[in-house]
Amino acid sequence: MVVPVQYYLALSVALFALGVIGVLIRRNALVIYMSIEMMLNAVNLAFIGFADYFKAVDGQMFVFFVLTVAAAEVAVGLALIVAIFRNRGDVYVDNLNILKW
Amino acid sequence: MMDYVWLIPLFPLIGFLINGLVGKSLPKSVVGTIGSAAVGLSFLLTVAIFLEFLKLPVDARSVEKVVYTWIASGPFKASVAFLIDPLSLIMLLVVSGVSTLIHIYSIGYMHEDEGFYRYFSYLNLFVFAMLLLVSANNFLLMFVGWEGVGLCSYLLIGFWYEKQSASDAGKKAFVVNRIGDFGFLLGIFLIFWTFGSVNFTEVFPLAAKYPMGSGVLTAITLFLFLGAIGKSAQLPLYTWLPDAMEGPTPVSALIHAATMVTAGVFMVARCSTLYVLAPISMTAVAAVGALTAIYAATIGITQFDIKRVLAYSTVSQLGYMFLACGVGAFTSGIFHLMTHAFFKALLFLGSGSVIHGLHGEQDMRKMGDLKKYLPITYWTFLLATLAIAGIFPFAGFFSKDEILFHSLVSGHTVFWGIATVAAFITAFYMFRLVFMTFHGESRVDPHVHPHESPPLMTVPLMVLAGLAVVGGLVGFPIIEGANKFKEFLAPAITPLVHEVHSPAWFEITMMIFSMAVAAAGIFMAYKFYMQKPELPEKVIEKIPVIYDLVYHKYYVDEIYDAAVVEPIKNGSDFLWHGVDENVIDGAVNGSATTVGWLSSHLRKLETGFVQSYALAILLGAVLVTGYLIGR
Repeated sequence: MVVPVQYYLALSVALFALGVIGVLIRRNALVIYMSIEMMLNAVNLAFIGFADYFKAVDGQMFVFFVLTVAAAEVAVGLALIVAIFRNRGDVYVDNLNILKW
Repeated sequence: MMDYVWLIPLFPLIGFLINGLVGKSLPKSVVGTIGSAAVGLSFLLTVAIFLEFLKLPVDARSVEKVVYTWIASGPFKASVAFLIDPLSLIMLLVVSGVSTLIHIYSIGYMHEDEGFYRYFSYLNLFVFAMLLLVSANNFLLMFVGWEGVGLCSYLLIGFWYEKQSASDAGKKAFVVNRIGDFGFLLGIFLIFWTFGSVNFTEVFPLAAKYPMGSGVLTAITLFLFLGAIGKSAQLPLYTWLPDAMEGPTPVSALIHAATMVTAGVFMVARCSTLYVLAPISMTAVAAVGALTAIYAATIGITQFDIKRVLAYSTVSQLGYMFLACGVGAFTSGIFHLMTHAFFKALLFLGSGSVIHGLHGEQDMRKMGDLKKYLPITYWTFLLATLAIAGIFPFAGFFSKDEILFHSLVSGHTVFWGIATVAAFITAFYMFRLVFMTFHGESRVDPHVHPHESPPLMTVPLMVLAGLAVVGGLVGFPIIEGANKFKEFLAPAITPLVHEVHSPAWFEITMMIFSMAVAAAGIFMAYKFYMQKPELPEKVIEKIPVIYDLVYHKYYVDEIYDAAVVEPIKNGSDFLWHGVDENVIDGAVNGSATTVGWLSSHLRKLETGFVQSYALAILLGAVLVTGYLIGR
């Protein structure tokens, strides 16, 4: 049975929107991070959907790129979050406002 | 020998370098010897070249010696090159000869001064520039010397720079000279533009082909004359010369009487080819000369500072030289330049000796009866005074008489009249000076004990006195072939008209007349300042307004201050505070303030909240995507 592309896209949009909302409203940096990952994966899902729809492998290739870059990004990002935690004792982004006017 | 002509200006330059660089650590006797020897060597070399030059046939008496090409740019070419001809040789002899004597005199006069080495290095630099000026073969190299003497004049007038009046006088001389230099420079530009060259030997033959009264030649000569007015202190740019008396007295003798100020006369004579073709310029030269002669002479009557009287007399005598040039008697102008160099240097050095003997007193009202204290100074001074007054057979008689004679026979009766009156006044104020200083009752401060100067100072006085007595005989008139000076100089000068031959009785009558005029001036001075010393006061009481006007030098300095200096100062003040501070600085500061104000508000956007940035990114992405989809 073939899953229509609209289903893929609907799920992808839903996940992306949830990710955005998570980034915008949560104060824990770790959760925001997870939300960013969700947005990335929402995009991956859209790629897969289109790859299946157009019967082309380009979309799947892009997903692999996104996965590798996301893995590297997570490594750096988590290291930063750990460093911030050591420095300040928490990772709440509303406390991290010293870089301003 | 002529191949070594470049050594003439080089010796003083070497002296300047040695004294200027290491003079501070040398003993004063060495500094003085180096300075005097450098100029003395130049003089000896000039004499050697002069003797060799005399052996040349008359039509070969113009030798050019190129040392090296200084500037070669397209058609423009200027070399460091020297022109040896009768005119430059006479100038070289006068300049180096008088300078040597004044250098020797200075060793005595300046021996107590702190800046002894500085003084001698400046003096040598001046002689270098002056020798360059008179021996150059092109206008550009001449201009180098021209500016060089101006610079040295500034340095030496302001030699005692701790004194406000001296440093002001130096600046004044420099600024006023610049006005003239501006004209001179324009003249050179115009010469190059017209003739495509600045070399004397190329310009003059080309110019000789121009028609009489040609416009471009008139413009060139008027511009050059503006330069001469500034350098030779003529109306209306003479104001710097009396103030230049702030410098040491030997400097006044050397620069502001004998040599530098005559550069203008020399330049006009050098360009005689151009001037004779421009009648308007000739009239201007003669008029300025005659007016300056009488104008400065009248001021000379009323001054009490011994050096200032001599300064005004210098201005007046320079006026005579220009009058001579203006009526076409260039040789007479140069002749008077030479005799004037002798007796005016002597007068200044004599006044220096008086000032030295009185420990710095310059006011003639505090002198009197100095004859018995300074006998050598007195007798040499008297000879020079007789020379400047124009008494036979002293040097000034021949040259001044020649000028008067030529201005009359060339038809300039008005100028002749003015010059004759000026000659009368000259005799009057010069003897007023002698009587007030050396005769009558002593008005010297009882604490001051006048003394004669050391031999280092009196020997140059005696040498110059000899020259002031016999210097004029080289230009003996009337007798055919006796005027060696004119005969020698003639090939270098383009005369205005063919020689006027007037009967000998007329010339002799003229001489007796001018002698009578001078004698009348002397007699009047005797009457006023020896027989009835109360007479001057009475005369002043009768004409207080005129006396006041003349005593304050016709208020010209005040007029210049009000008409030129103050408006320029106010204008500069406006440009400084009004335009620069408000407009230009305002624009710069204003833009900085505006940017600062804007960013002080914009920076509020940088909240430091990561999520507000994320929201901005989201909104931006939505906007861009929306635009891409919707278009």
